[in-house]
Amino acid sequence: MTRRRRRLYFILSSMAMLGVATALMLNAFSESLVFFHSPSEIAEKGIPVERRFRLGGLVEENSVEKANDGVTISFRVTDTAVSVPVRYRGLLPDLFREGQGVVADGALDGSGTFVATEILAKHDETYMPPEVAEALKKAGQWQGEETDDR
Amino acid sequence: MVNWHRLANPKLFLTWSRRVLPWAAVITALLLAVGLYLSLFVAPPDYQQGDTVRIMFVHVPSAWMALFTYTVMAGASAAGLIWKSPLSHLTAKAAAPIGASFTLLALATGALWGQPMWGTWWVWDARLTSVLILFFLYLGYMAIWQAIDDYTRAAKSAAILALVGFVNVPIIKFSVDWWNTLHQPASVLRLDGPSIHPTLLTPLFVMIAAFTGYFIVLLLIRLEREILARQAQTLRRAQARG
Amino acid sequence: MESAVQFLDMGGYALFVWPAFIMVAIVMTALLIWSWRDLRRERQTLELLAERRGSGETAGTGNDA
Repeated sequence: MTRRRRRLYFILSSMAMLGVATALMLNAFSESLVFFHSPSEIAEKGIPVERRFRLGGLVEENSVEKANDGVTISFRVTDTAVSVPVRYRGLLPDLFREGQGVVADGALDGSGTFVATEILAKHDETYMPPEVAEALKKAGQWQGEETDDR
Repeated sequence: MVNWHRLANPKLFLTWSRRVLPWAAVITALLLAVGLYLSLFVAPPDYQQGDTVRIMFVHVPSAWMALFTYTVMAGASAAGLIWKSPLSHLTAKAAAPIGASFTLLALATGALWGQPMWGTWWVWDARLTSVLILFFLYLGYMAIWQAIDDYTRAAKSAAILALVGFVNVPIIKFSVDWWNTLHQPASVLRLDGPSIHPTLLTPLFVMIAAFTGYFIVLLLIRLEREILARQAQTLRRAQARG
Repeated sequence: MESAVQFLDMGGYALFVWPAFIMVAIVMTALLIWSWRDLRRERQTLELLAERRGSGETAGTGNDA
């Protein structure tokens, strides 16, 4: 075996080992690398009251309600299987709308309502001009906002 | 027909590089002009994101260059360690500041896009955090060259860092698939084809081509500089010895 | 005139779209100028060194480059 060949194999095998080690580590810390939890996960796990976490999903259609004070809103976050009621006081991002993705930071209160302290909008990976979206809707080919949490 | 192997010879590389550079510069300038025109005047606003979608035309190419440059850097470093080809380590060294700049631009333009759309400049999700780590890897790589005077030792240490850091590249790419993130999944490089409408995709591709051209132009300039600096160093040493 | 204002307004997102483009332009231009200047300087240095060697000048004073 030439020196070059030996160096090549050494580097290739080091890279492979490094890759495996990283994969194992990422797998172990997988839980903390997740940015938000879906309503289903929350229902399964039974997260204690007042514990802070992020809730992510879609804003359920026809669920957004503005309270009389004008700044408090309530809506439901759904992953199409389970939905969680959310209450929030404050500014909303421009992309916040029914059917769109949303990530809320906050905690559950005693009644099972998620009291959010921050609302972030999450958009999906499709981009198109408004006319095309309109035409797709008319043609009945609209697939709706896709969920992209897996 | 270019004899690629002979380009590893510094003298031949310089002749070739000086001939190619003007052409690469002209093509890049044209692509940039067309790309900017398409991005700002021709591309339609997005149905959800309105005109902020135009930030994509600089954000995505910057992010692409951040990853592409690192891949070039790691590949050149590996070649340098294995075959000890004379220009490899210098290529990686010349590329690093380009990659660092584009990583910074990807982060900054991403923040300017995130604030109006997501409602925040920054979040610590897997995608954004792994790109920030990429930026620090570039800084670390450049710091090694700064810190170690001896060329052979500096080249070796820097190359090892570049190779170790390469694990971060697939992590960045797949972070949006492996973990849920605030950042949306891939739109361009995905198995079922791009999920961007052609009217928005064309300007994006032209901009990506323009940024790649810019990278080539800059790499040729910076690599020539590195070669000449090495030659000057050798000359000085020879003269000092008398 | 009105369409120019409309264009600059970027659908109300001017404060985000324009800084993004301007920032990219500044960084890319600066990096190009900086790299080109470094190259020109290095070319001059090398020419100087080669000349000095050609004229047989005694070495050891090469710290001025």
